[in-house]
Amino acid sequence: MKKVIENSIERKAFFKLIFLSAFSIFLPKSLTAKNSSPEESPVQDENYNAYDHKWGMCIDIDKCIGCGRCANACKEENDVPREPFFFRTWVERYKIFGKGEVVIDSPNGGVDGFHNEHSERNPERSFFVPKLCNHCENPPCTQVCPVGATFKSVDGVILVDKDYCIGCSYCIQACPYGARYLHPVTKTAEKCTFCYHRLVNDKSPACVEVCPTQARIFGEMEKKSSPLVRFRRMEKIGVLKPALNTEPKVLYAHLDMEVK
Amino acid sequence: MLKKLKSIPEQVIRLAVILVIIVVVFVIVRAELVPDDFGELGHYRKGAVDEIASLELKYAGQETCEMCHDDILETKSNGYHRSVNCEVCHGPSAKHSEAPDEFLPSAPRKRDFCPVCHEYLPSRPTGFPQIVSASHNPVKPCITCHEPHNPVPPETPHECSACHAEISRVKSISHHAYLECKTCHEVPEQHKLDPRGNAASKPATREFCGKCHAEENEDYPGVPQIDLAEHEPRYVCWQCHYPHMPEAK
Ligand code: HEC
Ligand code: HEC
Ligand code: HEC
Ligand code: HEC
Ligand code: HEC
Ligand code: HEC
Ligand code: HEC
Ligand code: HEC
Repeated sequence: MKKVIENSIERKAFFKLIFLSAFSIFLPKSLTAKNSSPEESPVQDENYNAYDHKWGMCIDIDKCIGCGRCANACKEENDVPREPFFFRTWVERYKIFGKGEVVIDSPNGGVDGFHNEHSERNPERSFFVPKLCNHCENPPCTQVCPVGATFKSVDGVILVDKDYCIGCSYCIQACPYGARYLHPVTKTAEKCTFCYHRLVNDKSPACVEVCPTQARIFGEMEKKSSPLVRFRRMEKIGVLKPALNTEPKVLYAHLDMEVK
Repeated sequence: MLKKLKSIPEQVIRLAVILVIIVVVFVIVRAELVPDDFGELGHYRKGAVDEIASLELKYAGQETCEMCHDDILETKSNGYHRSVNCEVCHGPSAKHSEAPDEFLPSAPRKRDFCPVCHEYLPSRPTGFPQIVSASHNPVKPCITCHEPHNPVPPETPHECSACHAEISRVKSISHHAYLECKTCHEVPEQHKLDPRGNAASKPATREFCGKCHAEENEDYPGVPQIDLAEHEPRYVCWQCHYPHMPEAK
């Protein structure tokens, strides 16, 4: 009987040790963390304070004419590889026939615009849907990154640290919106940044700049007044795959229920 | 104390030593590998944000062009292309804006450019001006007739189909193919110039369709007829029959 009790104390001590030694993982940080100079950082300098912003975009499907200038400008601005299958934003054409038949196409992401293809059948409804990273409030992609190379920045934009990315592609798998790709040369994950380098310089994202019909509305999600807030007050808004609870910051006006 | 230590079996001590070595190596390696700024703002490298933020801009933004080309911007801002920004057509011009003599943007003078937006596509929203480029004044470049910065059509279009292409196309193959638009819509002449300011009318009552389709009506022989009082009286007709493509079966 006595022996058993002794044993159990040893076990307790053992677990205590394990527990304490686990804390050593945090040691290097507290030992090595230096004060980096915040005044040199665009995240928080006199021109741009990330803590003051929460960016979002709204897409008005009724206004999109499917010219694909957004997809083209995105490639220009962000040096996205020109060949198909690498897109940070792209445009899909939906054709809805009777009986739940939905045909979706996106030739080269819409970069070269759309063309009529010759079919006799008339769809019941047809329209264009521009897509991009939804910059979720609860992003599934950042959660699966094993090294902390993709993350939600202070202003809500989901970014990728290309020097830190190990190219494991987990995030590409995890994204429910198919918004990421592996760069064919650097072999790191890439995605829409809302043109972060433009935001910090007080410019709108390239896709918004070139949209001829103002189908893309960009701005603050949480300020009292911003183009986005005003638009959201006037229109009926939906998001893609709401059931996943990702809380996208890319909203859609006049969204058709067939859009996935 | 010492006694207790001695009573620990040899293999446990060895294991413990190995464990200590592993922990120490881990601590050193981690300190070497993890950048200083990791974790400052969250589970990521703060420097990455700065790197992304300092990438090069390619599109200058229309407000930049205004500094030197204010005349063109002014022309444009009163015309139909007011919402089409300069760099949509001229391409990214940040370099040009900084050194206009060294870099010149291109200008899309060829005929295949404008149809990216203006070619007729059934998926485009109604009201957007569209043409069928194969038959719309072929061969000549678009800019011989339309000034790109202020593209007024040289004369007002005669036909509704110029802007309501999808409706016209659908109607032309429907049972209502031979009804003119004006049978059902009163259209002010100004509608073609300023469509949103001069709205066309739309039928409002069941009796309107009844003019032709009510049983008691004999003016239109051969038109399929219904009993206006009995046929789905709770709704207006176009809640079930799309007026530009009415289907009954
Ligand atoms: C710093 C002043 C400046 C700014 C800013 C500027 N431009 Fe220019 N641009 C010029 C000058 C000067 C010329 C004439 C160069 C020449 O003819 O040699 C010119 C010429 C052009 C041309 C004619 C090229 C041709 O083939 O004749 C285009 C198109 C043009 N600019 C577009 C733009 C756009 C779009 C922007 C905004 C992104 C812009 N410019 C901003 C100074 C400027
Ligand atoms: C719809 C497309 C389109 C847009 C939008 C557009 N341009 Fe042009 N621009 C053209 C085309 C096409 C030409 C060539 C015209 C020609 O050769 O007659 C041209 C010519 C020019 C030229 C040189 C010839 C001239 O007229 O002086 C300048 C400068 C210029 N554009 C500046 C601008 C600026 C600045 C803006 C924005 C305010 C702008 N453009 C917007 C299509 C466009
Ligand atoms: C990026 C898309 C885009 C491009 C490229 C473009 N346009 Fe337009 N165009 C528009 C928009 C948007 C309108 C305004 C439509 C409206 O008022 O609803 C318009 C209006 C027009 C109109 C007036 C039609 C009317 O309502 O009577 C003409 C004519 C026209 N464009 C000609 C051209 C020509 C010529 C070119 C090539 C130099 C061109 N467009 C290139 C987007 C474009
Ligand atoms: C020979 C002169 C000429 C050429 C070339 C020309 N157009 Fe037109 N365009 C016209 C005239 C005239 C109208 C108005 C009458 C009509 O509806 O046909 C017009 C109307 C339009 C409209 C407005 C639709 C409407 O009726 O409101 C658009 C958009 C347009 N053109 C685009 C283009 C494009 C794009 C090209 C090049 C592919 C082009 N045009 C080439 C003469 C021309
Ligand atoms: C210059 C281009 C243009 C021409 C030509 C044109 N329309 Fe329109 N029409 C429009 C636009 C733009 C709208 C507004 C669409 C919107 O607000 O969504 C519109 C709206 C309408 C509406 C709907 C009004 C409403 O309250 O919803 C009717 C009906 C209509 N047009 C009929 C016609 C008829 C009939 C003709 C021919 C006689 C014609 N239009 C010629 C551009 C045009
Ligand atoms: C048989 C009568 C009839 C004819 C002919 C007709 N329309 Fe209509 N149209 C209607 C009715 C009814 C509505 C209202 C539908 C509604 O409110 O849902 C309508 C609505 C519209 C609208 C508003 C947008 C939409 O799709 O609801 C436009 C634009 C329009 N018509 C244009 C035209 C044009 C252009 C023509 C000729 C090519 C035409 N219509 C011929 C009955 C007609
Ligand atoms: C000016 C007379 C006229 C008016 C007004 C009119 N129609 Fe018609 N409609 C016709 C004619 C003619 C046909 C039959 C054409 C044929 O198939 O020979 C027709 C056919 C139809 C059909 C039968 C299609 C089928 O599959 O057989 C329906 C449904 C219909 N119209 C609905 C409407 C509705 C709804 C309105 C009111 C918005 C309307 N019509 C207004 C003349 C009219
Ligand atoms: C609730 C939906 C509904 C409404 C509202 C409605 N219809 Fe119909 N209509 C139908 C259906 C379903 C048929 C085909 C089955 C049938 O013959 O009863 C039809 C058939 C017709 C036909 C063809 C009859 C034949 O003998 O071929 C005409 C014409 C027609 N409707 C006109 C109208 C007119 C005019 C109105 C408005 C006064 C109207 N409908 C309102 C559903 C509707």
